Amino acid sequence: MLRLGIRTLLASFIAQLLNGVQYGLLLFLISSGLTLIFGVMGVINLAHGSLFMIGAYLAFAVASMTGSFWLALPAALLGGALFGAVLERVLFRRFRTRAHLDQVLLTFALILLFEEARSALVGNQFHSVPIPAVLDFSVPVVGDFGYSAYRLAVLGICLLVAAGMVWLIERTRIGSAIRAAAENTEMLDLLGFDAGRVHTLVFAGGTALAMLAGALAAPLQSVYPGMGDGFLILSFIVVVIGGLGSVAGAFWAALLVGLIDTLGKAYLPQAAGIAVCGLMAAVLLWRPTGLFGRP
Amino acid sequence: MIVASRPGQFMLGGAGLAIASMPLWASAWHMQLASTAMVAALFALSLQVLVGATGLVSLAQAGFFGLGAYTVHLLGSPPVWITLPAAVLAAGVGALLIGPLALRTKGFFFLMTTLAFGQMLFFAFHDTPLGGGTDGLFIVRPPLGFPVPRAARPAVFLLVNLGVLAIVYTGLCWLMGTMLGHALQGIRSNENRMAALGHNVQRLKLIAFVLAGALAGLAGHMSALTDAFVSPELLGWHRSAEALLMILLGGIGALHGPILGAFALTAVQEGGTLLTGRPRLVEGVVFLAAVLFLRQGLAGWRLRARKGVPTSIGDRR
Repeated sequence: MLRLGIRTLLASFIAQLLNGVQYGLLLFLISSGLTLIFGVMGVINLAHGSLFMIGAYLAFAVASMTGSFWLALPAALLGGALFGAVLERVLFRRFRTRAHLDQVLLTFALILLFEEARSALVGNQFHSVPIPAVLDFSVPVVGDFGYSAYRLAVLGICLLVAAGMVWLIERTRIGSAIRAAAENTEMLDLLGFDAGRVHTLVFAGGTALAMLAGALAAPLQSVYPGMGDGFLILSFIVVVIGGLGSVAGAFWAALLVGLIDTLGKAYLPQAAGIAVCGLMAAVLLWRPTGLFGRP
Repeated sequence: MIVASRPGQFMLGGAGLAIASMPLWASAWHMQLASTAMVAALFALSLQVLVGATGLVSLAQAGFFGLGAYTVHLLGSPPVWITLPAAVLAAGVGALLIGPLALRTKGFFFLMTTLAFGQMLFFAFHDTPLGGGTDGLFIVRPPLGFPVPRAARPAVFLLVNLGVLAIVYTGLCWLMGTMLGHALQGIRSNENRMAALGHNVQRLKLIAFVLAGALAGLAGHMSALTDAFVSPELLGWHRSAEALLMILLGGIGALHGPILGAFALTAVQEGGTLLTGRPRLVEGVVFLAAVLFLRQGLAGWRLRARKGVPTSIGDRR
């Protein structure tokens, strides 16, 4: 009897741990875009959480129209890249040198408009996206207790994307341009890059990642209005903890925040929201520019 | 920071008198709307102490507003001379606890940390039994010290809100003329210069943060008194962003800007609800138009030619 109790506890703890890692990796997809967009362009994008929501709704639309969830992932990536490029060219480009207050208000206006467009196009109901049939089974973890194969797949996809990002930023010419832009935009021009194009690329990439995260999250939770709000706050906290403009910082901070939030919600539901903010406060006291940020 | 000119002050005074005379000619609904706008004006005015005067853009302000409102509920609605100082004190202490942490950061980081701390206050009332439920709850109004018949409520609360708004605005006008006010405005225009001149910038910023928080708590108290309703939504960062819009709409450079902006935004929200049924759409379009075209706000249309009126705050990297 006692053995069974311990095994149940252990299995649920492992499941929560995996949930936390998987949630953290989703957070990384969102916050890496946020941190790069700020690092490279100097733009605060509060509408980043809405892009996550749009990705989830796009996945819902594609999956229910074509019957295949797998089409939704490239749709979210490509649609996100295109949408991000348009947003950057039409709006964000003009706000690069504006005061933070203007950027906050611009992106808050976008939140309202995106929510309103969502309400006009698909309504305010909750929707669910079925887990793709291929992955609708559970992988045994401890004895009889299993863990959802789809969640493991999400974990794998996020890790692949993270590895791809590191390769892109550290090893390619585009990546060196992005790193240079984060240092100094004028220098980028001097090096013979088109700074405007790098900005469009970074914004499009960030949008694509946020929408991919939304699409991946769609089968895990229901698709509902304002679903990006919680993710927005948490990814801001991730960016602060990790250090602005640091993708590596975003990665480790996202894992940390994902674990604390998930374990907190599982074992101490009243304190989860406060615990994450408390972590941020502690990091700020210790290192005001974040764990990986330069002073 | 422009304090309204002599003709401007006469216009503000005239508008105040017009509002004070509303019980004679306006319907109860219009008086409630004016009360809503004045509470919003009080809230935006509290944020102006940070944004317009000191050059700090904070997204935690709604948290302090909510602290003030919930103080009324948590105390169980004793008379107003207890709840009002208590609300101001609670919000001020909240700001005193959060301020030193948030003020360790600057610019973009300050925005993000205030956003996170504001949401922490939101979660504290949303996720725990402290807030009495996620949907909010109706509360007992703290007694004003004299009996108020139900029919007279809109008029009485209108006058009370007007009085508080007038006192706070006059007080801030005075403050902007003092050494402290000048020092805060010095931080907005150049923080390093102020530090080089020997001012304790960190302490000045904290004073502004706590003062703004305490005033937001006062605004929250007036909201609870007027609406007899509190909900966790009062603390959400969306409301902080709305207050920022009021400031931008009314004019960053003017102390009376937030008051104009609060009335304008309340009118836009109410008009949007009545005319289109989609207030968020209207509000989003107004936000977008304001940030694209209305750089100096309503108070700034006359000031364009004058020198030295800040059009935005200078915390760019």
